[in-house]
Amino acid sequence: MEWVNAVVQGTLLGGLYALFAAGLSLIFGVMRLVNIAHGDLIVLAAYLALSTAAGLGLHPLAALTVVVPAMAAAGYALQRGLINRTMGGDILPPLLVTFGLSVIIQNGLLMGYTADPQKLQAGTLETASLSALGLTVGVLPLLTFALAVAVIGALQWMFYRTALGRAFRATSDRQDVAQLMGLNRAHVFGLAMALSLAVTALAGVLLGIRTAFDPAGGGARLIFGFEAVIIGGLGNLWGTLAGGVILGVAQAVGGQIHPGFQILAGHLVFLAVLAVRPRGLFPKMEG
Amino acid sequence: MPEALLAIDGLDVFHGDFQALYGIAAEVAPGEMVAVIGANGAGKTTLLRAVAGLLGRRAAAIRWKGRPIGGMRADRVAALGIALVPEGRLLFPSLSIEENLLIGGRMGRRGPWDLAAVYRLFPILRERRGFAPAQLSGGQQQMAAIGRALMANPELILIDEISLGLAPVAIRQLYEVLPGIVGEGMAAVIVEQDTTRALAVTRRFYCLQEGRVALAGASGSVTREAIGRAYFGV
Repeated sequence: MEWVNAVVQGTLLGGLYALFAAGLSLIFGVMRLVNIAHGDLIVLAAYLALSTAAGLGLHPLAALTVVVPAMAAAGYALQRGLINRTMGGDILPPLLVTFGLSVIIQNGLLMGYTADPQKLQAGTLETASLSALGLTVGVLPLLTFALAVAVIGALQWMFYRTALGRAFRATSDRQDVAQLMGLNRAHVFGLAMALSLAVTALAGVLLGIRTAFDPAGGGARLIFGFEAVIIGGLGNLWGTLAGGVILGVAQAVGGQIHPGFQILAGHLVFLAVLAVRPRGLFPKMEG
Repeated sequence: MPEALLAIDGLDVFHGDFQALYGIAAEVAPGEMVAVIGANGAGKTTLLRAVAGLLGRRAAAIRWKGRPIGGMRADRVAALGIALVPEGRLLFPSLSIEENLLIGGRMGRRGPWDLAAVYRLFPILRERRGFAPAQLSGGQQQMAAIGRALMANPELILIDEISLGLAPVAIRQLYEVLPGIVGEGMAAVIVEQDTTRALAVTRRFYCLQEGRVALAGASGSVTREAIGRAYFGV
């Protein structure tokens, strides 16, 4: 039963990892940008929710109504004001700029909030649980997983069923020809980053309710996100969810074997997938 | 000649240190069909890409209805009503045929062309609408690329290498529908390797040679010898 429980808990944790990964996957898919600051942006969103919840006396989930639009707007401004200027033939400049951004966000948070771990206070949601078939499942992990499925389903629908999704895919395919269709590349990239950071905002708030966070916590989230994307296969959003779940289950089962083995087990499974299927389990993107 | 829709004057284009076009002057009137011919490397593709806004150039060198557009970004040029069918079709590989057409029409310009009209023109595209571009023959891809440009309801369509690499039967089909397209009140510039065919369907032509206009005039009255000289510079 302990093992079944570990698998269930790991699956639900995978929902959070999929949310870490979805934004990363989205901007890589649209503009081939690897955003090193992604993890720090997740942590930034958690702090933004902390201040919003404290300042307005809101429940952290209600703070999403402020944090999601704020992060989306910041994403659009960041892309148009900074990252677009570095995009071109070479992949290195944008990589270095997002690395620099990562350092700036970490140190900015350190100055603004100190290094003390913080947590979003969500009252009974943090401890509420449901019991069935001898298993006890937290309401928060369940909610997180449901939101992850909903977000990935919505992104999938947006990508393949809407004009915006066509614009994203066309720009990803051939940037110059997309311009001929009247698509302003800079604007399309801005929208992609806005969407990515909106998802990031949700991930950050759910992370902050689940666990304590501090300014240095971005790196681990970036790695979990990356691992989920790579395990699932680049460019496949449902694959990203599967990747998150596989990573979550690996960590939970590893933790069940020995508490110190938790994170390492996730990395080992990631490496095993990379060794056997370098393009991920469900690759979609060509080239 | 009526007032020009597109007027090019003194257009120089550089690829790095290499100058591809030297002081090009050309005009296209509303509803007119013009051929641009010339040998490989003469600058035909560069000329079309410059008009479409894909290459940096001087603002006053290209005028659209009298307004300088030379410095404009490609997406703004497209919104004015200039559509380019690029050399090699360049359909979006991850979009279905129908999605390729839909994205051509995303600017919502008014006019006769919509999905139904393009499917009437090229019925095969309706049959293949759910296919990926790579699953179509070259001729069908060219139809989709032309359809994608028509979906924008442009006032000027620029077609680069309309028949390059296509089967003879596909080329004949495309040339059969071409006059009907332009008959809808749209001007067209076609770049073509097959000089005879290009001159047969157009009213006027420009022949480029090493980045300069070597010869221009009425398509009907030019002699083969004159074209030959302008083409090869002998």
